[in-house]
Amino acid sequence: MNGIPYAREYKVTLCHVCSYVCPEDAHECPRCDSPVHRRKPNSLTRTWAFLIAGLIFYIPANLLPVMYTTMLGSSSENTIMSGVIEFAEGGSWDIAILIFIASVVVPCIKFLVLGLMLVTCQRRSTWAMRERSRLFRFIELIGYWSMLDVLVVALVAALVQFRGLSTIEPRLGILFFGLVVVMTMLAAMTFDPRLIWDAEVEDVR
Amino acid sequence: MSDNTLPPSPPTRPQVKARKVRVSLVWLVPIVAALIGLSMVVHDFLNVGPKVVVSFLTAEGLEAKKTQVKYKNVVIGIVTDIELSDDRTHVLASIDLNQSAVPFTRADTQYWVVRPRIGAHGVTGVDTLLSGAFIGADAGSSEETKKDFTGLETPPAVTFGEKGKRFILHTDDLGSLDIGSPVYFRRIQVGQVVAYELAKDGKGVDVEIFVGAPNDQYVLTDSRFWNASGVDVTLGASGLKVSTQSMASILSGGIAFREPKYSPDAKIADGNAEFKLFEDQATALAPPDGEPKYIRMRFNQSLRGLVVNAPVDFLGVNIGRVVSVDLDYDAATGTFPGIVGAVIYPQRLGAANDKLQQQAGAGDDEEKTSRVLGQFIERGLRAQVRTGNLLTGQLYVAMDFDPKAPKVSYNAKARPLEIPTVPGSFDKLQEQLQAFVDKLGKIPLDDLAKNLNGSLIELQKTMKQVNSDVLPQMRGALQQAQKTLGTANETLSDDSPARQQLGQAMEEVQRTARSVRVLTDFLSRHPESLIRGRSGDAAPGSYKGSSSSREIAPEPAQ
Repeated sequence: MNGIPYAREYKVTLCHVCSYVCPEDAHECPRCDSPVHRRKPNSLTRTWAFLIAGLIFYIPANLLPVMYTTMLGSSSENTIMSGVIEFAEGGSWDIAILIFIASVVVPCIKFLVLGLMLVTCQRRSTWAMRERSRLFRFIELIGYWSMLDVLVVALVAALVQFRGLSTIEPRLGILFFGLVVVMTMLAAMTFDPRLIWDAEVEDVR
Repeated sequence: MSDNTLPPSPPTRPQVKARKVRVSLVWLVPIVAALIGLSMVVHDFLNVGPKVVVSFLTAEGLEAKKTQVKYKNVVIGIVTDIELSDDRTHVLASIDLNQSAVPFTRADTQYWVVRPRIGAHGVTGVDTLLSGAFIGADAGSSEETKKDFTGLETPPAVTFGEKGKRFILHTDDLGSLDIGSPVYFRRIQVGQVVAYELAKDGKGVDVEIFVGAPNDQYVLTDSRFWNASGVDVTLGASGLKVSTQSMASILSGGIAFREPKYSPDAKIADGNAEFKLFEDQATALAPPDGEPKYIRMRFNQSLRGLVVNAPVDFLGVNIGRVVSVDLDYDAATGTFPGIVGAVIYPQRLGAANDKLQQQAGAGDDEEKTSRVLGQFIERGLRAQVRTGNLLTGQLYVAMDFDPKAPKVSYNAKARPLEIPTVPGSFDKLQEQLQAFVDKLGKIPLDDLAKNLNGSLIELQKTMKQVNSDVLPQMRGALQQAQKTLGTANETLSDDSPARQQLGQAMEEVQRTARSVRVLTDFLSRHPESLIRGRSGDAAPGSYKGSSSSREIAPEPAQ
């Protein structure tokens, strides 16, 4: 299409680990012995699987309480959304927005973007390829921060342990939230962004 | 794009199948996720317990999704919603009970709000100060179940399943009793008041008490219950009497019970047995009084100090009490006699009453009493108002046989029965006092005062004489004495010539004494000198300076 040839035209492929140019039919990199594929194997299917698992875990993560707070004898269990609402009603808009972004907006964006990637790649759409790959890099970037909630709960539960006065304990919801994050990260890892560009040429697989 | 997917040839089919099998391994992840989610849903679904709605007067302290329902401090449910009833008189709290709390849907289950309460019995629910109120529940025993309950406003005093018996007490008014007021047996708390309500006809109060096992066995069929509320201070003809059960009962009231001292065939009372609640211990433990009889007495004297409920004595036995003190007007004499009405209980006479009943013969009860009384009055039975307590002036009515009393005619038909009276002992005392005062009045105080006055004038004259004559002479004598003493003082002073001469004389005597001692000394050593005279070498010791006498050290001669 443009002047630069594709790797497959030369029957070569790139090692993911050491970037060595390997022959196309090699299963292992001659230099570093790591497995060599032209594309990540089964990328779309695996991403779909992880994405769906993440979606399923996202339901209990939101419905189950994530934190159990006892303060001066009054105990309460908070789900993610009830915590956000409590902060918002208490006037702490900044904290409410922070928690809302970290635990609701970010996972939802990840689901949407990954779903969009998968659908467009499966349909071999050539629509907005550059923007889509930029989106994917953005997803990988914010992926680092999606464990924020889990960290906060773990930290607070470990620190606030004043028997009788106030205690904070983690609840099952935070486990599911952690699984959501793990699943979406796995989904993002198994997705091969080069598949976006494969629509340019026909029959890559 | 589509020209790649060329008509599939039959040989490619198995290849597609093989691929599908390989792919499905990754799908285990979402399947496992779905299974976990599903299992939780199923678990939740199985754990959903019954829902009930409890109505309270106020939702104070209750909070939807926060307030818990507890039984023996174990959480058995949570309030999911609080809303007003349709007529806005109640709040309805919807409660989700746990799966295990099914017994709490029984029709006689009780729900109440546990709030901090401060009462005479102590402070309860302190933990709720910090944690907020919670709903207490107590499962019933009924076979039926229901969904709508009416919550209690105060915690039930006795929880379900506690062993013991309930009894009903009838009383005229509630006094200071309340739910939770203690029930004492020999000053040990054995139960409490669990409920009270007005009697059906409104003429009294039914108090329900609960006596816990094993102390319920002490409630016998003839046990007497009395109101032990507060401090019972009685200031009567018999003096000041204070009685109470315990500090708590002073504050909050209480009930005490006990069997009478002599109760030969008492059995353990059954649950829900009914008793009368007496005003105080004395009336409760008194033997049954039987039918009261009304009598009337007419006193020609002041009845100050005679009050309603004052005792009526018969030969020292309290047989009744005064119920009314009124004035009458006697037009013939123009005086105001006092009319005293009293009830007497003949049964209090015990064995005497039985014999009198036999003696009285036939006729109805009133007649018999009247006849017996007539005989007594014939023999001199008279009523008299006496002072029971000199300090307080309380009076009581005493009935005694006075053989010297003037005869009176007794009207056996008169109703109420009238008992003749004689003047009270206090009147006699008053008369004696009057006589004493009269005697005091007869003393010739004026003459006494006159005599005393003359003596005083005489005394005054004497004193004047002493002042004018004796005192100036006394003064001269004193001055003379002073002078004499001054002269003596001068004579004896240190630097007077007499004193100096005396000193010199004393020295002279001293010297003489010394020379005599030296001489005797010399002589004792040289007795021959008396005959031969002093030899040359035998000088007196004092001149040699080594005499055996220590006192005679050589002294400078004056």
